[in-house]
Amino acid sequence: MTRKQRRGLLIGLGVGVLSLAAILMLFAFRQSIVFFHTPSDVAQHKIAPGVRFRLGGLVADGSVVRGEGTRVGFTVTDTLSTVPVSYEGILPDLFREGQGIVAEGTLGADGHFVADTVLAKHDETYMPPEVAKALQEKGVKLGEGARHPEGTASP
Amino acid sequence: MIIELGHFALILALLVAAAQTVVPAWGAHQRDVRLMKFGEPAALSQLALILIAFLALMHAYVTSDFSVANVAANSHSSKPLIYRISGVWGNHEGSMLLWVLILAVFGAAVAVFGNNLPATLKANVLSVQSSIALAFLLFILLTSNPFERLDPAPFDGRGLNPILQDPALAFHPPFLYMGYVGFSLAFSFAIAALIEGRTDAAWARWVRPYTLLAWMCLTIGIAMGSWWAYYELGWGGWWFWDPVENASFMPWLAGTALLHSALVMEKREALKVWTILLAILTFSLSLMGTFLVRSGVLSSVHAVAVDPGRGVFVLSIMALFTGGGLALFAYRARDLQQGGIFSPISREGALVLNNVLLTTACVTVLVGTLYPLALESLTGAKISVGAPDFNMTFVPLMIPLLLALPLGPLLAWKRADIAAAMERLIAAGVIAAVVLVASFAIAWRGPWLAPFCFAVGVWVMAGALCETAFRIKLGNAPLAESLRRLANLPRAALGTMLAHFGVGMMVVGIVGTSAYKSEEILLMRPGDKAVIAGYELAFRGAAPAKGPNYTETIGVFDVTRGGTPVTRLEPSKRLYDAPPQPTSEAGIYAAWTGDLYAVLGDQQPDGGFAVRLYFHPLVRCIWLGALVMFFGGAVSLSDRRLRVGAPRRASRAPAGVPAE
Repeated sequence: MTRKQRRGLLIGLGVGVLSLAAILMLFAFRQSIVFFHTPSDVAQHKIAPGVRFRLGGLVADGSVVRGEGTRVGFTVTDTLSTVPVSYEGILPDLFREGQGIVAEGTLGADGHFVADTVLAKHDETYMPPEVAKALQEKGVKLGEGARHPEGTASP
Repeated sequence: MIIELGHFALILALLVAAAQTVVPAWGAHQRDVRLMKFGEPAALSQLALILIAFLALMHAYVTSDFSVANVAANSHSSKPLIYRISGVWGNHEGSMLLWVLILAVFGAAVAVFGNNLPATLKANVLSVQSSIALAFLLFILLTSNPFERLDPAPFDGRGLNPILQDPALAFHPPFLYMGYVGFSLAFSFAIAALIEGRTDAAWARWVRPYTLLAWMCLTIGIAMGSWWAYYELGWGGWWFWDPVENASFMPWLAGTALLHSALVMEKREALKVWTILLAILTFSLSLMGTFLVRSGVLSSVHAVAVDPGRGVFVLSIMALFTGGGLALFAYRARDLQQGGIFSPISREGALVLNNVLLTTACVTVLVGTLYPLALESLTGAKISVGAPDFNMTFVPLMIPLLLALPLGPLLAWKRADIAAAMERLIAAGVIAAVVLVASFAIAWRGPWLAPFCFAVGVWVMAGALCETAFRIKLGNAPLAESLRRLANLPRAALGTMLAHFGVGMMVVGIVGTSAYKSEEILLMRPGDKAVIAGYELAFRGAAPAKGPNYTETIGVFDVTRGGTPVTRLEPSKRLYDAPPQPTSEAGIYAAWTGDLYAVLGDQQPDGGFAVRLYFHPLVRCIWLGALVMFFGGAVSLSDRRLRVGAPRRASRAPAGVPAE
């Protein structure tokens, strides 16, 4: 096999595998990419019921209601609009009223968000970047609590 | 005083690094031996100075000197000693200091052990290595100085994030950094080779042990992080495809590819250009990992200290080294002569396939990680690429790699007989088929794909053993002869076998826990019983307790199986004093077949507790597999031929060719 043929084969293999990967990625992204929305987006009826998305905002003060079993209801707000959320399971350690969280799930026809995942991460003063940014865009003044402290964790 | 000394030492190190960047490279250009020789003492004094700075900071942490801003922000006097020490790198400034310390260690290693390197190559390597140190020392001194003082000093510190107060996480960053930074040496060698315009087998022989060492550390570092996430975060997950995790995984994938392509270059002098490119890309991915983690541009579940200003600085460092490296590559790569020719079916061919699949997998992870960022800056839409996307793209690329893996080491260099190699793997094929049938029989209601993936994992494990069995003629020669052959087997061959076996173990563990996990979330009152995966758990109640710097509520579960007592699980919910933050400590029982895992949730108004119970089958195989891979690397590293790093081509036949 000459050098030229070998190079052709190598390039062919590389291109083949790469295009396979590209097809896989397109397919995967089309199927399961999840968008992030704020309660204001929901209020403007941008989202169809049954579509999975991530809802981010603050847990409204006094809104957490424990139901029977491990069922929990609470309200997520970006201070302009609110969305009622229900969740079944154990909430993260750092879930608290006033805390920035991200919930993943679908919107019911009645405007109720049914979450199957609730993320509130790691650090008590941590706010998911999307939430912080979305809140800033809505003109909410972020207090000390929303700022990232120096040196919270390593990679 | 000691702190000022540390600060001063760090500034001196910057000056030394600046000199070391210029002088040896200039000497190599001018062929001036005295100037080239300057690199060695410079590398050693740079290491000494950075070590002084690091120890000064550590001293401040151990003695709880809260007049240092960094200590006040990240430590607390009530913390146990080990976490006061690990607190040094549990924050941004300290971890960057650790980064340059390791960088200097690798640079000094070249200065000390590189006596058989060509003088100009050594000088250029030391210069490039030092230029990386220079950039990061500037970064530390300008944007993240750990030696800043506070006046007045606070009475006590703010404390380290409680979930980082954990033994596995104490040593996770040093290992991870040794991995990241270890690849810097491969980068320096690649740049030096491009400056000189030539590379040979000796180059690969030099690069490979350091790449191997970095790869081992990165493997164990990632595994530690995954293990920590598993037991500490209380979700029972071991990998989330989170951007911060991907940031460490991409250099690992590229580094694994580099390890294998350097092998081809060392033994056959082929794939030179590709290996050089891969060395540049691997370190660039390490830098990008640092940038992604430090800049906070991506939303991660792992909160990390971020500051946009620093992010831009790290981004410029990354752009400088990646861009500079690639530009030099584009300019000089043509000058590197081509190496040996090989047929597609050969050891080289197998390693090329390995490289193509690993780098493509790395690209898919890269795209998945950066896609949300690109989409947001282009359209403003915020999305998240989650685990399903990564699984759908990554797993199909890994399957052919794993299927081909046992064949690779059995193929001869240059031209190989694939039928003969297959024949030697018949035993492995039979074992994998038996496992396939058996797992269908046991879990016929489970996901249909899982038994196939199990079989692939077992195929890799059994294939690794078959290869060694063939080499020592197990069964074809008297046992004593086989044992003698085993003892005489090159360590590198044993290391390969172990590392590949570890990969198989990891696959088995991943499939087991992903496909057959059982999970229960329920409300339990004292006296309640729950059943999961054949284990009965009786909840005895919960009681408060006091730790060194936290208070906790410990739940007690008595576990029985078929009426016989097995163990007692004590998951707890902790509230740390400083900073006041709750964490969950899972109660875990490790059985042979898997882990029983219990998490205590919130107390309900009626006195019951929300409880989360899991059974994770075979989950330990994931980390044991990583450990076996680490030991495989260590065994290979102890091979004499790697240590000697002979500059001349060995006269004896390359290892791995079956002696017949």
